[in-house]
Amino acid sequence: MKKAPGQSPVITGAKTAATLKSAAPMVLGAAALDQMLPMHLWVDFHGRILGAGPTLRKICPEIDSDTGQGALRFDQLFMIRRPQATRSLRKLAEQSGRRLSLSLRQPPHTAFTGQSVPVEGGAGLLVNLSFGINLTVAVSEHDLTAGDFAPTDLTVEMLYLSEAKSAVMAELLSLTRRLQGAKSVAEEQAMTDTLTGLRNRRAMERVMEDLHARATPFALMQLDLDFFKAVNDSRGHAAGDHVLQEVARVLLSETRQGDTVARIGGDEFVIVFPGLTDPARLAALGQRILAKLERPIVYDGAPCTISASIGTALSHGPKRLSPSEALLNTDRAVYASKHAGRGCITAHD
Amino acid sequence: MHGLINRSIQCFLRDTYGQALWGLVALKAGLPAEGFEPMLPYPDVLSVAVLNAASVELGRPRQTLLEDMGTYLVSHPNQLRLRRLLRFGGLSFEDFLHSLEQLRDRGELAVPGLDLPMLELREDEPERFCVICRSAHPEIGHVLVGLLRAMADDYGALVLLEHGGTLDGAELIWVDLLDPSHAEGRRFDLSARELSS
Repeated sequence: MKKAPGQSPVITGAKTAATLKSAAPMVLGAAALDQMLPMHLWVDFHGRILGAGPTLRKICPEIDSDTGQGALRFDQLFMIRRPQATRSLRKLAEQSGRRLSLSLRQPPHTAFTGQSVPVEGGAGLLVNLSFGINLTVAVSEHDLTAGDFAPTDLTVEMLYLSEAKSAVMAELLSLTRRLQGAKSVAEEQAMTDTLTGLRNRRAMERVMEDLHARATPFALMQLDLDFFKAVNDSRGHAAGDHVLQEVARVLLSETRQGDTVARIGGDEFVIVFPGLTDPARLAALGQRILAKLERPIVYDGAPCTISASIGTALSHGPKRLSPSEALLNTDRAVYASKHAGRGCITAHD
Repeated sequence: MHGLINRSIQCFLRDTYGQALWGLVALKAGLPAEGFEPMLPYPDVLSVAVLNAASVELGRPRQTLLEDMGTYLVSHPNQLRLRRLLRFGGLSFEDFLHSLEQLRDRGELAVPGLDLPMLELREDEPERFCVICRSAHPEIGHVLVGLLRAMADDYGALVLLEHGGTLDGAELIWVDLLDPSHAEGRRFDLSARELSS
């Protein structure tokens, strides 16, 4: 950190001769400058670097770490970005006091904010630098510590704030994730029938409202189990629950991923088929489901036999139905199936 | 008390004594098992209930627990961020001691409403300091004792610490700085590199 005596710029404390007639120029030694402005440069009008603060010596290997003198000229080390067309040091001198934007010509091309003032007696310019908003990167790239900044410099406080902010953001982010997870679970639970894992009435209505609003055609199938009450009464509720779970399995195996299978009452099921408009396919599907449901379901070593009364309705084109209309239609069709002796399918026309 | 502080108590108990102990403490204190949310405020009685329950379960005095918590806050790997924020206080342990007076304001700047204790540093004799701790939460000075002990280790300083009781509603903590550079100390990088690795 030693410098030859006399090798320091002189800064005068008197603004003009008129305001302070008798004041002698204030002279700051190199050591004092290094402490107050660890990122300063003293440059002559040829661009030669006559002195540099300790932090800048650390950043630029081209500047001698002992003498603070540069092997390269100022304009070879730095590129002045703003004000534009500040090519020569004479031009820079004209910008005295203005905000400068510059960057290292060599990687990592660190950006600086700067300000320059003339040194007394035509001894060149004093340029002081600081990091801009990209300070976190600069500090890491040049391996700087708190000791590299003047105590009055707010750089370290800014790093502190930036880190504190990141810590708080991390907490908020994890809080948001937890809430998001809890919300999804709650929504899932609110749309699911807990016994069978099928959707519930609310979920089914929401799907139909959505299809209706988008004018997407759909088919609706409603199934009321027959002889289910007999199973419940003779074999007990556990057997009844088992039968309902088996029915759910059958319905899921006979439907596609985009279809919605819901249990909307004790032994009432509804399936929504988006995009299905062919009555023949719907009827065939109903027959397949019916055949599977009529196979005895074994519980506790003995078979339980049920069947279903099925009603279907289509919503498409001019016969577009609101959810309540569609349900009313399938309800009527189910009633017709029950009337016709159960275990059959009726299509609402 | 702020959720962040309550959450620290929870993390300390969980990381030090295990999830099962925390579950028991939460149950006794009337908290859900997932415990405190860090960004929500909680009534002070809850924090006290948690500390009392932990003290009974572990058979350790509350003040000892608080001191261990202070050490945990600086030295446990899960609390790396907090240690870093504290290290911004200065280059040496003595710098750090002087930065304690700004601790409350620094905390408030990062998280409004954090309500950290108000700390004042007195240097009556060279190398003999007294930290005066004022807070609405009694016994928080014991956390500070543990925290200062761990920070001294972090800086590689050799210190003697003692909780000097209460005077006019403020807790006194005596710090004898025997050797500021007794050991190597842990490295502190201004840039947050170690957090991303």
